[in-house]
Amino acid sequence: MMRVFAIAEIGSEELDPVSIELLNLANAIKGDGTSEAVVIGDDVSSYAEELAKHADRVWKVEDSELKNYNPELYVDVLLQLFSKEKPDVVLVANSSRGAEYAPVLAVKLNAPVVTDIVGLDVSNGVRATRYIFQGKLLVDVLVREAETYVFTVRQGVFKDECTVQGEIVDSGIKPSAEVKREFVGIVEPEAGEVDISQADVVVSVGRGIDDASNIELAEELAEVLGGVVAGSRPVIDSGWLPKDRQVGISGKTVKPKLYLALGISGAFQHIMGMKDSELIVAVNKDPEAPIFGVAQYGIVGDIFDVVPALIEKLREIKG
Amino acid sequence: MKIIVLAKHAADPESEIRVSADGKGVDEKGLVFDINDWDRYAIEEAIRIREQHGGEVIVVGVGYADDTLRKCLAMGADRAIKIPLDTGMDSYQTAKVVKEAIADESFDLILTGLMSQDHNNALVGTLLAGMLDIPFATAVTSISVEDGRVRAVRELEGGFGEENILPLPALLTIQSGINEPRYVSIMGIKRAKTKELREVSVDAGESMIQVDKVYIPPVEKAELIEGSPEEIAEKLIEILRDRGLI
Repeated sequence: MMRVFAIAEIGSEELDPVSIELLNLANAIKGDGTSEAVVIGDDVSSYAEELAKHADRVWKVEDSELKNYNPELYVDVLLQLFSKEKPDVVLVANSSRGAEYAPVLAVKLNAPVVTDIVGLDVSNGVRATRYIFQGKLLVDVLVREAETYVFTVRQGVFKDECTVQGEIVDSGIKPSAEVKREFVGIVEPEAGEVDISQADVVVSVGRGIDDASNIELAEELAEVLGGVVAGSRPVIDSGWLPKDRQVGISGKTVKPKLYLALGISGAFQHIMGMKDSELIVAVNKDPEAPIFGVAQYGIVGDIFDVVPALIEKLREIKG
Repeated sequence: MKIIVLAKHAADPESEIRVSADGKGVDEKGLVFDINDWDRYAIEEAIRIREQHGGEVIVVGVGYADDTLRKCLAMGADRAIKIPLDTGMDSYQTAKVVKEAIADESFDLILTGLMSQDHNNALVGTLLAGMLDIPFATAVTSISVEDGRVRAVRELEGGFGEENILPLPALLTIQSGINEPRYVSIMGIKRAKTKELREVSVDAGESMIQVDKVYIPPVEKAELIEGSPEEIAEKLIEILRDRGLI
């Protein structure tokens, strides 16, 4: 009988929806086994109740020392739990936290680990599916046979819910490790001049813009469309646009009426920040760029041909 | 400060990515290899720390890594260690061989890129930290070295950061954009030729994963707008007008 554990992800004072997605996957693969959530924090009762609607069992791990995330403590309490309750599969969100502690947990459990998975098949051996080359290819990997497997799971994939009313168990586990890493505090994002999440039109540039001097072209287009200029990670990393203009998981989430993606290939981290825009138009030289998978309209071509023509026509109309 | 940096010679995801004939890998034709972009930031950060605090920067590469190791030496690393094994996509194996290769180095800090630009596992650094049982932090966007410890800010979702203090020795995985990596100078290339690049042989051990199939993701593609730039512009303007956007 298979036991599938899902470690809940707590956002800022709320249960991150990816927690339910982990349980959806757990319920899909458990067979005649169980889906079991683990929720870690200083006061987790309300989260546990929410999780119990989707899991056969919810394990509470509560302690004041667990108020702030610390990977050493997470690994510590999970190892304590798993020494008694033997997991077959452990599912963790592929978040900034999950991606950090899950591999170390796997080392300590002597378990194979596969990250950022979008598919999992346990019917005949263990086979996990994930993207490589920033979303350009998929790979199915066969995982070596083991007692326990650890996977970090991509958010937004396992949406099919299955209602299970489970029990809530207080694990009684307390952190016991001597912590080496010390949490100092959360650093707030710097506020910029423009809030790109409030704009109706976002002209967003990626690596295809080639050089800082070409940002001007995007600014001209944004001006005639009455929008703002934003960018993907490589543009921000290069210092061509300030950090507050970054669209993506680690930047801002935007939902404008029009999102114009110029020379953006469309890494998952970017797509999560703009996929809910009302209209997405992408211009990219590479017909295989993942951005075309999320855009309604695509232009396979050079932004330096298309954008100047567009600016000119728009100016003619506006007179 | 003795700093170890892991650097991968990796295919650029912006080069021509095609599935290989056997369906289990990527066709090398059309691929452009260079230092993994995240590792470029890691080596730069290590060199900056050494410039400020003194010490040594040792760069470690697994597989065919010569060009990347030479590049790191030219940027300013002091010496290089090459592990001539092809560990493919198996990050566990990669971490394991690195652990063995650096067993005799009493390091203070290990820096790795957050992930590789080809396989995107984001695992080697964290697995190595687990195997070495040292404190670690991932996706680091700023580092300051203090007496016997490092202060590091990690990148969280939504533009937030998380500040932590870690005692040394520690391992940090570096997020892109942490610094502005220097270009390689002619002098640097000349100097690199005299620097040590040592090959070490270690046992590859067992593999954790095996690639079964590599394939192109099935996606619903956008409706394409075609024609000359002027025609494209006109068609696009029509679409925007229909939606009341202009």
